Amino acid sequence: MLPALPVLLPLLGAGATVVVGRWAWAQRVIGVTVLAAVSVVAAVLLVMADRGGPVVAEIGGWAAPVGIVLVADRLAALLLLISTVVTLAVLVYAIDQRIADYGRRTASTTFHPIFLVLSAGVSLAYLTGDLFSLFVAFEIMLAASYVLITRRTDARRIRSGMTYVIISLTSSLLFLTTVALVYAATGTVNLADLAERVAALPTGLQTVLALLVLVTFGIKAAIVPLHFWLPDSYPNAPAPVTALFAGLLTKVGIYALLRTRTLIFPEGHPSVLLLVLASVTMIVGVLGALAQNDLNRILSFLLVSHIGFMIFGLAVTDAAGAGGTALYVVHHITVQATLFLVSGLITRRTGTVSIDAMGGLAKRAPLLAVLFAIPALTLAGVPPTSGFVAKLALLQAGAGDGVATSVVAGIVILASLLTLYAVVRVWVRVFWGEPREPLPDNDPDDDLVVGTARTATPMYVATAALVAVSLTIAAAAGPLSAVTTRAGDDLVARTPYLGAVLGQEGAR
Amino acid sequence: MTTVSLAMAVVVAALYAVGFYLLLQRSLMRVLLGVVVLGHGANLLLQLTGGPPARPPILGGSAEGSAPLADPLPQALALTAVVITFAMTTYLLALGYRSWVLVGHDEVQDDLEDRRIARRRTPTASMGEEADEQGDEVGVDPGSAAASGDPVGDRS
Repeated sequence: MLPALPVLLPLLGAGATVVVGRWAWAQRVIGVTVLAAVSVVAAVLLVMADRGGPVVAEIGGWAAPVGIVLVADRLAALLLLISTVVTLAVLVYAIDQRIADYGRRTASTTFHPIFLVLSAGVSLAYLTGDLFSLFVAFEIMLAASYVLITRRTDARRIRSGMTYVIISLTSSLLFLTTVALVYAATGTVNLADLAERVAALPTGLQTVLALLVLVTFGIKAAIVPLHFWLPDSYPNAPAPVTALFAGLLTKVGIYALLRTRTLIFPEGHPSVLLLVLASVTMIVGVLGALAQNDLNRILSFLLVSHIGFMIFGLAVTDAAGAGGTALYVVHHITVQATLFLVSGLITRRTGTVSIDAMGGLAKRAPLLAVLFAIPALTLAGVPPTSGFVAKLALLQAGAGDGVATSVVAGIVILASLLTLYAVVRVWVRVFWGEPREPLPDNDPDDDLVVGTARTATPMYVATAALVAVSLTIAAAAGPLSAVTTRAGDDLVARTPYLGAVLGQEGAR
Repeated sequence: MTTVSLAMAVVVAALYAVGFYLLLQRSLMRVLLGVVVLGHGANLLLQLTGGPPARPPILGGSAEGSAPLADPLPQALALTAVVITFAMTTYLLALGYRSWVLVGHDEVQDDLEDRRIARRRTPTASMGEEADEQGDEVGVDPGSAAASGDPVGDRS
């Protein structure tokens, strides 16, 4: 029953935080304890999955093709672990931001329950072995995210919230359509069962289903022709919420793509469509970032660009590509969340999100400069950071796998250099130059903290902890990439997953 | 593999078409109706995957003869999906109401920052068009930037 805990604990915790809604400290203790416990469970699951193969829990005691199963294989357990650690750090940051802004005693009735529900949804999405539960997991996660992005609304957040909610709802309904068509074609929604039955379908039907899955998860992951909602909606949410969304939500889309493409629609050769999408995503994203002036929008466009890197790993479709994608997802969840948290710290210091209105922060806030510089260089992939390790894994997967992948591998390098240019541009505008006076909050009476505000030390600590996680990924690159390589082998071989879910006869 | 009758296929297609058409409108009420219709289409499609109509249900259905029972799983899935779409509909309604309270109408606004960057990059040749656009923006959107205390908008 161990794989059920990462879903159950946050849901129970969410209920408990509603009950103790009056006492801010109790909510905070419950939130942090639950996420810490889930991190421990995820770490145990990772060790178990790495040593003894996928850990399977049959919900309600019904065996695989009939009942719903939760499966923690290497990939799911690894992503669960890193996601929960990032969620925990973001929660600490959010709690201390709340204390700094509104005082220690005030409680927010909705924030903690919703935050934990979101975490439960993310865990379920990683662990589920059932296509319809995956839909439910996405709905749990998205419904929680709708509330988080539209909390404390002003006119601007209503606008971005609307875009986000409508696009996400559309993609959810497309997902539902996909589930219906998959069920009509095969008569099952169990992922392992689907792996065998889809292979027996006519090729045309397989292609249609694969494209539907790609569009559905492509919207959630913000692959380029489907990315427009992301830079519009993410930057307007509060910093911790944006960090959580940027770190986790798009990556859950990538995970779903990785799982379905390796398990249900294996191709065996590099996918031209995905290679094209990866190139376009990398280039359009980073060029979009160069045109922006708002720090959060720059980071959002860089997020879109780096989704392309992961699609590149998917497009290679061999074990090395899948393993490289897994490693890149681990690296990117950490670094993107860190950057948005740092952006929140910068905004609290300068009172603006416009990089043209900032300057000389390196002199005024050297600690902030260090906290920005490390994840920024990590994102660009400068050695010896985790970004370099992850990009190297992707390039090794792509190079020597035919002309097409080698060309796209070149685009990976180009996009990395442009990313470096984008973050250096931010660095020069924000941290160098003449120090500027921070802009005041131009409407101090409203409830929203727009301008400068006091920053609590734990906010720095939470951000620094994430920087440390990212540095640990770089330091432990050897063992970690060994795990992701094994995860990639598992994904492409499919037998460990099928055998664990369907029993021995399934592992043909 | 399940197939459906032509009539039902046409109904589902019509629901999807109407739903997506309404989704592309600017008013949030129409978008909401679009989501409702689209949700109906998706749920109907889910129902249809259970097999041809008029089969006995699995509970209380007679087991006599070799007549196959209706597949219960799509019904369970559709029930879950109906609840989810219903919840999302109420949420969108609340969002539309909040928008009406804050902005005075329920139209989805343009992204001001997007417009600003687009203007910054346009060459001077198309100045007239820009001015039009700017006038439009002010007319359509009386106070989104000002009301929110937008720190960016003030200095542009």
